[in-house]
Amino acid sequence: MLLEVRDLRVEFQTRDGVARAVDGVGYAVDAGETLAVLGESGSGKSVTAQAVMGILDTPPGRITGGRVLFQGRDLLTLKESERRRIRGAAMAMIFQDALSALNPVLTVGDQLGEMFVVHRGMSRRDARARAVELMERVRIPAAAQRVRDYPHQFSGGMRQRIMIAMALALRPALVIADEPTTALDVTVQAQVMDLLAELRREYRMGLILITHDLGVVADVADRIAVMYAGRIVESAPVHDLYRAPAHPYTRGLLDSVPRLDRRGRELNAIKGLPPNPLRVPPGCSFHPRCPMAQDVCRTDEPPLYEVPGGRGSACHFWRECLRG
Amino acid sequence: MAEPILEVTGLVKHYPLTRGVLLRRQIGAVKAVDGVDFTLGRGETLGLVGESGCGKSTVARLLCHLERPTAGTVRFKGEDVTALSGRALKAVRRAVQMVFQDPYTSLNPRMTVGDIVGEPFEIHPDAAPKGDRRRRVRELLDVVGLDPDYAGRYPHQFSGGQRQRVGIARALALRPEIVVADEPVSALDVSVQAQVVNLLARLQTEFGLSYVFIAHDLSVVRHISDRVGVMYLGRIVESGPADAIYDHPTHPYTQALLSAVPVPDPGARDRRERIILTGDVPSPAAVPSGCRFRTRCWKARERCAREVPALAVPSVFRDAGGPAAHPSACHFAEERPAVAAGEPGDNGNGPG
Repeated sequence: MLLEVRDLRVEFQTRDGVARAVDGVGYAVDAGETLAVLGESGSGKSVTAQAVMGILDTPPGRITGGRVLFQGRDLLTLKESERRRIRGAAMAMIFQDALSALNPVLTVGDQLGEMFVVHRGMSRRDARARAVELMERVRIPAAAQRVRDYPHQFSGGMRQRIMIAMALALRPALVIADEPTTALDVTVQAQVMDLLAELRREYRMGLILITHDLGVVADVADRIAVMYAGRIVESAPVHDLYRAPAHPYTRGLLDSVPRLDRRGRELNAIKGLPPNPLRVPPGCSFHPRCPMAQDVCRTDEPPLYEVPGGRGSACHFWRECLRG
Repeated sequence: MAEPILEVTGLVKHYPLTRGVLLRRQIGAVKAVDGVDFTLGRGETLGLVGESGCGKSTVARLLCHLERPTAGTVRFKGEDVTALSGRALKAVRRAVQMVFQDPYTSLNPRMTVGDIVGEPFEIHPDAAPKGDRRRRVRELLDVVGLDPDYAGRYPHQFSGGQRQRVGIARALALRPEIVVADEPVSALDVSVQAQVVNLLARLQTEFGLSYVFIAHDLSVVRHISDRVGVMYLGRIVESGPADAIYDHPTHPYTQALLSAVPVPDPGARDRRERIILTGDVPSPAAVPSGCRFRTRCWKARERCAREVPALAVPSVFRDAGGPAAHPSACHFAEERPAVAAGEPGDNGNGPG
């Protein structure tokens, strides 16, 4: 296994108390595999990724438990200097907003080249040549000229491709993409997702795709982990999950998206709102919104039950849910 | 189509680009909206879709008279309202209300929710007598699914979806006939988005509203719209009944746009054929000659650079009729099935 996260716990100290943003999350990604982490805002999907990458702001954040095994080593026990060598070289991250993730006062050539200077000890001239190659690889037209341009001189789609180039510069074994296409228009989103899929195949990378978009997930993922209120509520191979969800939250999400290939008047919305992380309901955190909730759901927190077919569901009634 | 309540003809909004401080010279224009025509029927929903910079939000602002058009007319119940001012304009503004995209910035953080929803009555005092306003505000909050007892709370005490309900209540306060909703659900989470979409649909039936629904999310637009206009770089390139546009698109841009939408069905992965457009949308300050889509179009020929294609039913479909016979601004309009759903599109020409 390339990456294995086990029972990860992250807390945030706030003025009003302690928020358990990540509450015992576990997932695994193999080389060449795409894992989609699906969740709404505040579900803890990005915080988990930040903890894995080692870029969590501490304080206010604090990792209170768990293990992050990357190529067999527990990253949480490493010194910061050792993590820095891994970050960028063996594991890299792509962010949602390329304009704020890139340095506005350096040319894109300098930023791309810096990867090779810092991690590979290359000369600036060689690094510049590699930067141009990379930009060509992500299909930036006239790369040799544009290597001297600044981030603001590129369109949103091109900036995102430059960030992909930067993440993949050192051929990392694992890439975490946090909502990489959310800020982009659909036609540009298609270009970027296409490019990412192509490079992933070519380099045999493991990819963790963090998103709220059920459509994007269906297009590219091998496995899905669905997060709700800091926990994984369902994990499954992508085809199985869309065909027969084993958790009522997943079912609710699938029913609530309007679809291009179906038309109806009323959407089956999930009632209510996701919980405040400072006041997560006792028992199953989804029970106040769940159409299937029973007494046991209000008192007993469900573990991630094993479901046949290499799946998991944190629902006491996963059998009933699977049956539909 | 139902009796038209709003007719838009030749709508244009250019923002001048100037150079110099003392001697300001105009050196060009950003052609945000560059000749848009459409009709909205009473009780109907018209969806406007397009990518960022296509001018759909500017159209919304023009419809609500937040900006004055450079040219063109907007007829509300037969009367051109672009020329109106003073009391006559105020009356029209009351009938056309807007719901904004961002529920975080479109509500004043220092006003209570009750004051926000009741503020339209300050501007149009005849809409509700003073003593009746508190009751009306509570009624409006109830209608959009908020607890009327929350009227004394401030926007930050609400979630995004609840705030959007406040914005909708405010838009309904003056009992408008038309609601222009500019990306009303795109800032919301999936589970909450569905609640707001359902609310908008329910309010439409309850109050007989006509909607102009503007969004970049093609699935949401299909769900809610009777008719759809697809915008590209300041113009509508294809328009017609929602099913005709989605199942029988004839403009290459619409086809590419639809093919790019991810479908939440992993089984469709191998069945669908994607059109990946190259390049980016040109700047509205430097619109290509002829057909404005030609720089990204795989079908573009010499004629496309010379002649501006009109938004009309293409002659190839005019006589045959059927769902493909709707306005499409392309010299070489033809059908191809857009979404690989369960069954292949009937009478489609098939992908080339």
